[in-house]
Amino acid sequence: MRPGTEQEVAEIVRAAEGPLRIVGGGTRGIGRCAGAVLETCGLAGIRLYEPGALTLVAGAGTRLADVEAALAAQGQRLPFEVPDLRGLLGRGGCSTLGGVVASNASGPRRVQAGACRDSLIGVRFVDGTGAVVKNGGRVMKNVTGYDLVKLLAGSHGTLGVLTEVAFKLLPVPEDEVTLMLSGVSAERAVAAMAAALGSPFEVSGAAHWPGRGTFLRIEGFAASVAYRAGRLAALLAPFGAVEQVAGPWRSIRDVEPFQGREGDVWRVLVKPSEAPGVAVRSGGEVLIDWGGGLVWVLVEPGCDLRARIGPLAGHATLVRGGEAGDLPVFPPEPAAVAALSRGLRARFDPRGLFNPGLMA
Amino acid sequence: MDMPTPDAGILARKDRIVARLQAVLPADAVVHDPAETRAYECDALTAYRCPPLAAVLPRTTAEVSAVLTICHEEGVPVVPRGSGTSLAGGALPTADCVILGIARMNRVLETDYANRLIRVQAGRTNLSVTGAVEADGFFYAPDPSSQLACAIAGNIGMNSGGAHCLKYGVTTNNLLGVTMVLMDGTVVEIGGACSDAPGLDLLGVICGSEGQLGVVTEATLRILPKPEGARPVLMGFTSNEVAGACVSDIIRAGILPVAIEFMDRPCIRATEAFAHAGYPDCEALLIVEVEGSAAEIDDQLARIVRIARRHDPVELRESRSEEESRRIWLGRKSAFGAMGQINDYMCLDGTIPVTELPRVLRRIAEMATAAGLEVANVFHAGDGNMHPLILFDANKPGDLERCEALGAEILKLCVEVGGCLTGEHGVGIEKRDLMTVQFAPADLEAQMRVKDVFDPKWLLNPAKVFPLDASRGRRAG
Repeated sequence: MRPGTEQEVAEIVRAAEGPLRIVGGGTRGIGRCAGAVLETCGLAGIRLYEPGALTLVAGAGTRLADVEAALAAQGQRLPFEVPDLRGLLGRGGCSTLGGVVASNASGPRRVQAGACRDSLIGVRFVDGTGAVVKNGGRVMKNVTGYDLVKLLAGSHGTLGVLTEVAFKLLPVPEDEVTLMLSGVSAERAVAAMAAALGSPFEVSGAAHWPGRGTFLRIEGFAASVAYRAGRLAALLAPFGAVEQVAGPWRSIRDVEPFQGREGDVWRVLVKPSEAPGVAVRSGGEVLIDWGGGLVWVLVEPGCDLRARIGPLAGHATLVRGGEAGDLPVFPPEPAAVAALSRGLRARFDPRGLFNPGLMA
Repeated sequence: MDMPTPDAGILARKDRIVARLQAVLPADAVVHDPAETRAYECDALTAYRCPPLAAVLPRTTAEVSAVLTICHEEGVPVVPRGSGTSLAGGALPTADCVILGIARMNRVLETDYANRLIRVQAGRTNLSVTGAVEADGFFYAPDPSSQLACAIAGNIGMNSGGAHCLKYGVTTNNLLGVTMVLMDGTVVEIGGACSDAPGLDLLGVICGSEGQLGVVTEATLRILPKPEGARPVLMGFTSNEVAGACVSDIIRAGILPVAIEFMDRPCIRATEAFAHAGYPDCEALLIVEVEGSAAEIDDQLARIVRIARRHDPVELRESRSEEESRRIWLGRKSAFGAMGQINDYMCLDGTIPVTELPRVLRRIAEMATAAGLEVANVFHAGDGNMHPLILFDANKPGDLERCEALGAEILKLCVEVGGCLTGEHGVGIEKRDLMTVQFAPADLEAQMRVKDVFDPKWLLNPAKVFPLDASRGRRAG
């Protein structure tokens, strides 16, 4: 099914007699679920773009690439540096805004500009009863009623079918510089990144790629970038040799080191200072982003990484692999929290139509 | 503004309810004498007052849980209260409710610079969060103008903003986790030290839920390194349109100031008479502040000044020292006080798309003239969050009603041009009955379903946010 309007989505949901699997571009969805496929790519088109107000409203099925091109033409961008996971997951197709929102997809700039959910300012969606619901809007400061915008971000299509999304934007900076620190351990790298992120020099990327280096990015007006890069290099000097390099941010964003490699891929979110411990205990290969807050792990197929890492101030999600096994893709929640999540899902989708089995 | 009729059964059981609360709390933590409960009869929306049945002042999460368990069993509504600075009536009691004040829970529990976070009890004031970390070069970004007094719990309840949101976001963008007690006494931990936990974003919907989903007792907040410096430039223009166009051009040029504040002529004149900040006598005034090292500030201010010159400013005053910065901010920071000297005032909080600024200001002036009331505008222009101040005389019969009617018209206008009723103050009771202007029944139904899950009996702050007609059948009474 490929509805072309919000009304058609509502009719499909009302008429549905069994589970629906909601798909944007099919480039980044994770987890297993069955159901008749409901594609949102027909809900495409930029509805409003005001460069002077830094806001964009578009249909949920709009291709990410189209939006990025329209913004680039005005010297603006989505702030949260959307990852392209096709290489990692071995997928084709074109990513849509709805899929970006449903998975709260956020790249290296998350450390400075926040996640997808922080830039999302409005949604329209069809709930499990077939009702059209709007929340938020097109202004960046809005506390009118409950913030369902955040609730829908990262809900993986379990609460409703997104039909329209609105974002606040940022200007593309004039200049960008990346500093690389060579030959440091994960532990020293995370300490160096903490020092950098705790400095006033507005670091917009902080990642550790074992074997390649530790990378720190600064963006802004040219003179300001030069000044801050100089100060940051001095700050990093005690950790090792520092040089300016072309930033491998796209490779880090898209988890390039694990593309096309055998093994399961896990996405582990932790308190940044715990990243080195996770790296060691995982027994696998890692790529550390967000100053330590995000650890990508490549391990042998079927490995229960959660059990191997042990107690953790964080969460491990199985992003690739485990098709045959019975490991839950999403990390289990504490009982009281799980009860609230279950309750919300039952209220928004009382017939259990949307992506059953996902996030459960 | 209507409130539900108090439950006579609860009023009749006051002694028993108070006795049960006293059994689980220290003697000084239960306030029930009518002479003393009056201290809790209102918040900063002082036009509406009602003493509660009782007020409790717990010191621990366990005590909060004990109080809520009792109130849940007794079917008593609970109104959470931080410091009582809500401008929307978020902490206004009903006669049959227990006020749960968490001002005594104000300790810092943990500071962690390596992970750039602080964990505090939620009764701690906003400014004292920054106070706890500034010696080490950090700060907590959201800065509502009541920050000296307002509590983090209230900030979370209302998703509070401030003058620096354009760069740093509002409370929800700086909140990492909460410890929260549900109405039935269950303690839940949501979020924490790591970003973007998988699972539904419960933290996102809790922030801004106006104390209707649970009582937040502890919060983990993101702290940021302090910038090297900050300096403003003041610009005067001959019309609101020109000032609005200048704001748009600054944003288009790729500059991201930390604040862009806008004042119109009535506001400039009033503050000048009050604070003598040396502002030019013009139609519209902008204060734009940027951050960084001295050289970075010079560079950004030069870019801003170049843009401003294209709009023929009547005044351009770039701060070159702390003293000059202080004088530029002096008038803006005393704007509300200056208005208070002239008359009573009502402060609105609608947000509009920045591009609609000139049109909306023109319409507000026309509506004010028609209503025979004066309106002064001071607001955060970068993010479109308006603060029209309607002057009225509370002692003059009918004036408050006329003022409220004009306020409602202005907020409807904000929604009509693509904005919203409230940008940072919250709905409370003040905007409750206007919610249907912005939301269709299905939109409100979806929001109320969230409350059904967290608070099935609708006992937490039940008469707020949603029009009473819409929530009837869910609420008792």
